[in-house]
Amino acid sequence: MSTIVSLPDQTTATLPKRSYLNDGYGLKSWLLTGDHKRIAILYLISITFFFFIGAFFAGMVRLELLTPPNDLMAADTYNKMFTMHGIVMVFLFLVPSVPATIGNFVLPIMVGAKDLAFPKINLLSWYLYVAGGVMTLAALILGGVDTGWTFTTPLSTHYLNTHVITAGLAVFVAGFSSIFTGLNFIVTVHRMRAPGMTWFRLPLFVWSHYAASVLMVLGTPVLAITLVLVVLERLIGIGVFDPAKGGDPLLFQHLFWFYSHPAVYIMILPGMGVISEVISTFSRKRVFGYTAVAFSSVAIAVFAFFVWAHHMFIMGISNYSALVFSLLTMLVAVPSAIKIFNWAFTLYKGSITFETPMLYAFGFMGLFTIGGLTGVFLGSMGMDIHLTETYFIVAHFHFVMVGGMLMAFLSGIHFWWPKMTGRMYPEGLSKLAALVTFIGFNLTFFPQFILGYLGMPRRYAAYPPEFQVLNVLSTAGATVLGVGYLLPMLYLTWSLKYGKIAGPNPWQATGLEWQIQSPPLTTNFEETPLVDYEAYDYEWLANKTKHEVQTVG
Amino acid sequence: MHFISPVLWQFLVNWLTHFALFPPEASSIAPHADALYFFLIAISLVGLVLVVALVAGFSFLYRKERNPEATQIEGSTLLEATWTIIPLALFMVAFVWGALLYFRIYNPPTNAMNIYVVGKQWMWKAEHPGGQHEIDSLHVPLGRPVQLTLISQDVFHSFSIPAFRVKREVIPGRYTTVWFEATQEGTYHLFCTQYCGTLHSQMIGTITVMKPADYEAWTEGSTSGMSLAQNGERLFASMGCNACHGGNATSRGPNLAEVYMTKVQMTNGSYAMVDDAFLRDSILNPTMHTMAGFAPIMPTYQGQISEEGLIDLVEYIKKLNSNYRIQQTLNTSQVQSSAQSPASNQLSNGGRAQQAAPAAPGMVKP
Amino acid sequence: MDSQAIATHPEQEQAEHEHSPYLRHHFANLEQQKETSTFGMWLFLLTEIMFFGGLFTAYLIYRNWYYPAFVAGSHQLSIGLGAFNTAVLICSSFTMAMGVHAAEMRWRKPLVGWLLATLFLGCVFLGVKAIEYHEKWEKHHVPGLNFSAEGFTKLDPHYPEDKPLPLDMAEKTQVYFSLYFAMTGMHALHMVIGVSLLIILVVRAWGGAYTQGHMTTVENFGLYWHFVDIVWIFLFPLLYLISRHQ
Repeated sequence: MSTIVSLPDQTTATLPKRSYLNDGYGLKSWLLTGDHKRIAILYLISITFFFFIGAFFAGMVRLELLTPPNDLMAADTYNKMFTMHGIVMVFLFLVPSVPATIGNFVLPIMVGAKDLAFPKINLLSWYLYVAGGVMTLAALILGGVDTGWTFTTPLSTHYLNTHVITAGLAVFVAGFSSIFTGLNFIVTVHRMRAPGMTWFRLPLFVWSHYAASVLMVLGTPVLAITLVLVVLERLIGIGVFDPAKGGDPLLFQHLFWFYSHPAVYIMILPGMGVISEVISTFSRKRVFGYTAVAFSSVAIAVFAFFVWAHHMFIMGISNYSALVFSLLTMLVAVPSAIKIFNWAFTLYKGSITFETPMLYAFGFMGLFTIGGLTGVFLGSMGMDIHLTETYFIVAHFHFVMVGGMLMAFLSGIHFWWPKMTGRMYPEGLSKLAALVTFIGFNLTFFPQFILGYLGMPRRYAAYPPEFQVLNVLSTAGATVLGVGYLLPMLYLTWSLKYGKIAGPNPWQATGLEWQIQSPPLTTNFEETPLVDYEAYDYEWLANKTKHEVQTVG
Repeated sequence: MHFISPVLWQFLVNWLTHFALFPPEASSIAPHADALYFFLIAISLVGLVLVVALVAGFSFLYRKERNPEATQIEGSTLLEATWTIIPLALFMVAFVWGALLYFRIYNPPTNAMNIYVVGKQWMWKAEHPGGQHEIDSLHVPLGRPVQLTLISQDVFHSFSIPAFRVKREVIPGRYTTVWFEATQEGTYHLFCTQYCGTLHSQMIGTITVMKPADYEAWTEGSTSGMSLAQNGERLFASMGCNACHGGNATSRGPNLAEVYMTKVQMTNGSYAMVDDAFLRDSILNPTMHTMAGFAPIMPTYQGQISEEGLIDLVEYIKKLNSNYRIQQTLNTSQVQSSAQSPASNQLSNGGRAQQAAPAAPGMVKP
Repeated sequence: MDSQAIATHPEQEQAEHEHSPYLRHHFANLEQQKETSTFGMWLFLLTEIMFFGGLFTAYLIYRNWYYPAFVAGSHQLSIGLGAFNTAVLICSSFTMAMGVHAAEMRWRKPLVGWLLATLFLGCVFLGVKAIEYHEKWEKHHVPGLNFSAEGFTKLDPHYPEDKPLPLDMAEKTQVYFSLYFAMTGMHALHMVIGVSLLIILVVRAWGGAYTQGHMTTVENFGLYWHFVDIVWIFLFPLLYLISRHQ
């Protein structure tokens, strides 16, 4: 264990004898583990499973939309397809994607802790996630659910006879999994930092996870109680959301979006953290305007709670409250712009290399810029009237969530793959996959902006024939996108056995997680680290490497 | 083009003739919406080009082969301020412009003609003031402001006319309104854009914009003989409304003639504007809308009148100028039903609505 | 591994590793462990506030709209039972606080005693709640299942100054009772969870688990118990005493 590990030369690197991966082998040693890294791997496997389930539904939706009439499946089936796509992707993939996998794996190491503050709660959160997933699958197998992922009342409570209760409870349970993850992160960042790791020495990945965790902890319970009321309304008809009994269905909208708008920031903020790490590492430069990027995450988290009613501009809320929410929506767009420009300027005078994570990060920046700016279209009240509830919304949401978040997720997976597994992914193939994903993505979702402005409503199983060209383009793009997502799945699995051995710090990155062996020990650090350098201090890293080389030589 | 199969060729031609980037601009609002749209596209393009240029430029200039050693830079307050303030300013323009457009779309001009639309799974039912009913279609005159008063009978729907750039959620239990002025003859799409259940994608229709003269002809040709207000008058009498709202000094309910669009004082001292929503709510939840000086004795008609019936009543009260005909009807009915008036003993028998309202629910709509 | 890069203090580490069997491996020392779990508990209570917050929001909106119905609905609740339950809960908070104190002092039997007292009071609360729910059922005030607004259209002999509600407002009492059941039901659910946890605590305290210097669990449970108590302190005036401010 006393070998020098930070050598850039990978040819001499060997897999460490002891690591978290071979610390116990049986199924039990995984299913009852408290180790945040093993839980991260469990999460990674389960969210990948659900990602492909969700992707299957997306494929069916796109296939149906290839032709104008609803000829492939009945309208009912189509409604179930997009509902299941939404529920699975939002609650079982996007919300836990980066935090529960990459975050779980590297966040404790980044702050210099041996584990998250509450390992058992971390494991519990995975079990809750699995329980939520199983209930979703149960709802699916029993015949599906067709409320749309938004569970709009009174449709969901009184007018459908599908498995709304099962799906609602599934989301409820999965919600608690996300609450526990967020709670664990906040406590870890507050209480478990290594000596010398001050707030402003934390990697920006930690800052953005912290901000996202605040949203998880404060937003998700509101969704939980709302779903409880929906389930009660459906079970026994308590009337809280039922206009016939004096209830107000708009109250449901308010409560639902009070969570679900912050939820999009829960999804995107961790992705932004990944981008900060990747851009800095591959341009070998400290992130430009560290403090600005850190505080913009916090600003997003704060503003996120006060913009929910922009989902309701056309729903008859008062003109003046629409005015206030539109203004706040414009304000929440600013921190994202700050981040984008700071990342761009991180490249300035850097020494840039173009490994796969960096390509995905570039993809993120372009697509997220489009996604963010089209958000301004929707925040602008008058424009929103025409654009809302059309494919413009679909395109905007997917540009942020798929173009932004999924790109960031793939970027992060490639970036930390050597750390997680100790092996490199095949670089050439993965660059190809990044390119295919980017092309496929744009082909799929860009036409949808035009469709949206033309007025094609979302959630339509059939549409007027003049929209067909763009829909065919979109479906063709989805096929390419599907290939782009299958490729990493295949070569990453391949690399588990055949990938080159990575060594502890293949990217020469500065984070604490790169200063330990790959894959790490169960306890992460041999000894508690003492941090006496700033985040992204490449000079410190260079000195340290030089020192080690001298020691060896 | 002989190397392309004729079938495929036909498809291509068909597609390309239907292909469009913008929907038709067929209302007075559409040019305003499009102007804002182009402005937003412009700032998006500038932003996107800027980001792409920065990333591509720096990637080229500072790639490792050209610049093997990175220069560490902490940041720049000036630059931070620049890219905080400029986007903020642009977003503020988008905000103000969008707000102006929003107010334009949702504040109808006073001279707009009113059409009622009831949404239900999965059809649109339009009711013109003259009593013309349409299903999944709407005929409107060219160049005249039209206000739609929308309500849903079951779940949320959304009334969207892309060619007019207007859309409004159709909500159960409350009126929403939207207006437009068509500027171009033709037929346009009408979509329900809020997911409303199985046949959501079939809840579509057509908007037909006609020259005013053609519209007149159409109106006359498709009338059912009774205007909404006339239907409302019949309902008013058959539900026994006239018993209390007779407009006499001794009436137990307020006088309804010319009450529309006036400010009235409520029991709790506040003032309320009598608009369509107020009238509808007063019929369904009367005690929450009791006017000052009257006892909260009116029974609720919740569940007894269909949305269409409510529209008839609202339209009738809106057009009510004098109480002459009410009193005429009242005199006739009092003669018929001798002294016994069902409404007078509603308090003593517990105020059950079924007893108070003479008409059975099935009878309310002719 | 990585001995050069990151300076460490092995001596200090060793010294801290010697002690308590309660120290979990990923904490540096007991103090950090205690602070961490207490902080986590407070954060959890914050999520609980947001959880009940949704219900309180709904309550405020509907109370504003249907005030007479809410007054009439609240007159159907028994203030006596509510006040008794409030007293019970306040006492249970006191016994819980005493339990925490006993744990701090490492008194095993008093700890078990105070916890048992808390457990007893918690059960009393739930028992009274069950009586109240039963009464609601008999009066046909359970929304959705057997609700009838009929009673509210008649004069209530207990509140002769209250005028009977017109039918449209009387039906809105269903919204009041929905919220009553949702709020007190959620609260009771938290009580049930608390009581179940208490049983475990009592058993383990009897075995001496919390009287050897490691009492964070008892302390954190105390925080939870007080929180549930405070929620009731809000529910009682909102649901029972709503019209008594005149």
